[in-house]
Amino acid sequence: MSGLLAFLSDYTIQNVALGAAILGVISGVLGCFAVLRQQSLLGDTLSHAALPGICLGFIFAGTRELSAILAGALLTGILAALFMLALSRRTRLKTDAALGISLSVFFAIGIVLLTYIQGTGNAAQGGLDTFLFGQAAAILRSDIYVMGTITLIGLGLVLAFWKEFKLVTFDPGFAGSLGMPVTVVETALTLLIALAVVVGLQMVGVVLMAAMVIAPAAAARQWVRSLEAMVILSALMGIIAGVSGALVSALATGLATGPLVVLAASALVLVSIFLAPERGLLWSGLRRWRAERHLRGRQVLATMYELAAAHDNPAYPAEQSMLDAYHGLGTGKVLHRLQGRGLVRRTTHMPQEGIHWELTEDGRHEARRSLAALGKDES
Amino acid sequence: MLAAFFDSIPAMIIATGALVGIAASLVGTFLVLRGSSLLSDAISHSIVLGIVVVWMLTGAQSGPVQLVGAALTGLLTVFLTELLAATGRVKNDAAIGLVFPVLFSIGVLLLNVYARDVHIDQHTVLLGEIGFVWLDTVSLGGYEVPQSLLSMGAMAALNLVFVTLLFKELKLATFDRALAAALGFMPGLLFYALLALTSATAVAAFDAVGAILFIAFVIVPPSAAYLITDRLWLMLLFASLIAVLSSFAGYGAAVLLDVSIGGMMATMTGLFLVLAFLFGPRYGLIAQGLRRRRAALAQAV
Repeated sequence: MSGLLAFLSDYTIQNVALGAAILGVISGVLGCFAVLRQQSLLGDTLSHAALPGICLGFIFAGTRELSAILAGALLTGILAALFMLALSRRTRLKTDAALGISLSVFFAIGIVLLTYIQGTGNAAQGGLDTFLFGQAAAILRSDIYVMGTITLIGLGLVLAFWKEFKLVTFDPGFAGSLGMPVTVVETALTLLIALAVVVGLQMVGVVLMAAMVIAPAAAARQWVRSLEAMVILSALMGIIAGVSGALVSALATGLATGPLVVLAASALVLVSIFLAPERGLLWSGLRRWRAERHLRGRQVLATMYELAAAHDNPAYPAEQSMLDAYHGLGTGKVLHRLQGRGLVRRTTHMPQEGIHWELTEDGRHEARRSLAALGKDES
Repeated sequence: MLAAFFDSIPAMIIATGALVGIAASLVGTFLVLRGSSLLSDAISHSIVLGIVVVWMLTGAQSGPVQLVGAALTGLLTVFLTELLAATGRVKNDAAIGLVFPVLFSIGVLLLNVYARDVHIDQHTVLLGEIGFVWLDTVSLGGYEVPQSLLSMGAMAALNLVFVTLLFKELKLATFDRALAAALGFMPGLLFYALLALTSATAVAAFDAVGAILFIAFVIVPPSAAYLITDRLWLMLLFASLIAVLSSFAGYGAAVLLDVSIGGMMATMTGLFLVLAFLFGPRYGLIAQGLRRRRAALAQAV
């Protein structure tokens, strides 16, 4: 217990947890808009495109000064976004090609700049590598202030333009007909995602930041229906993934933070996809299984009812093997279930023959009801 | 003459870069036209996992086992992405963005753990080492040929054979998938074969340019060519040409500025794309502007 307390009061650990939480909030919130607008991979482009900006910020400041580096990252992220928009709007290239071009070319420029900085032999450049895959342990308290300020600005903008962002996300056509400047709002959303990416660079790194934009939002989407709830839950998911991944990385030496955070976030997605109420694959599978079981019971009941009617004998004993042949599958289980519900009962027809079943009064009633419902559907 | 070629380090580096570009452009052309460019992004990230796993299982750091392993990893990426999208719980683009980071993350963590025992580290993943291709050579017919050049040559030849033999089928499957399916050309299978080749090419190029710069060679030259021509075979040709030119120009600029050669080659593909974007004969910005002005003038008259 005292070990845990000492762990939690550790200065580095506090920094790491705080930074990861900040990152989780902003990428969770803004990721919702990216995922809902089907622009998930925009985050991928923006994060790769941050690399040249990181290098430019470093060259400009001459040292590993986080505010300069993040400003540079934001600038080249925005440039990459504009380049992507120009390519997809002014040429016949599809959006995916435009995203891929922007991503790879900006990243290549970043690599060139990175090797340029390494070539100049600046001793401080050692810190730049951590921006590739992220290194939580390298985060300083002053870095937290920078990340926190950017996050507050981002969240403030989301709150201020909530109505606009929401409408443009769900129905850009309607937003346009109301006289809303849709293109401006869309561009603003894109720039805000660039902001979220920039906050995560030190923690998760340029290569994997995209997953941090997509995963919390994709996980949150499974649980709730409204945008408001999704944004809040997504921020929570971001915090959980960020803090758990970053702490593991800070404890185990030599493991990059980005991959750990991404794996934590992806685990949340997997759990959500399977277990979320309503949308969860597990529940919908269960629902389908129940419906199929119910349908088979009704089919067997109907067959027995029709047989009884054809023989003018309400208590006609139907042989189980005949029912099997008629339905093309083993009906034993189904009949036992029906027996449990008191709809059929076993009967002996002739001792040397197989198992026979007859409808009970309830069973006849149930069969009539479902046949009548079927008739109504057909008419 | 040939010996002088294989002895010249710049020639080796440029030739390797050009072969990476040609091999990538051949498959990339169809990915770009089909609207699946970003699958190359996903594949090139996730093969890192394939490379590490194959290395752990067999100890092979390159060669045929690695190519097959990569092809399988690439297909696994696409398969998992399609599986996730098929649940209907996330959209297709989000599915891509969820699957490959996971595979890539596992790959990077394995690299972190086994970093001491393997020559690939995080830097190779990102940068490649095209400047050092001449260090690792094999003897072939009396010449010392760089390993990378050989495997890239083989991949480029394989892709060329694939595209040439199945040109008609690929063309139909790309532009009219429904008709291709109706005629029994199995566009789905063809597409998976294309992706398997893309993955194998990515691994062959991995030592030279790394995982991420490879994306530039797949997407950018075909996209630039697409802005210049309407004909598929010309697009393949122009894309390969742009890739070769990028290799030359990239090497020159990189040596001049003393920076990453692979990075500069990829940057050059971007430069050619911008040139095509501006000066393309029919689809370039300037041509578009001129056409609009002529139309306005014609209307004024």
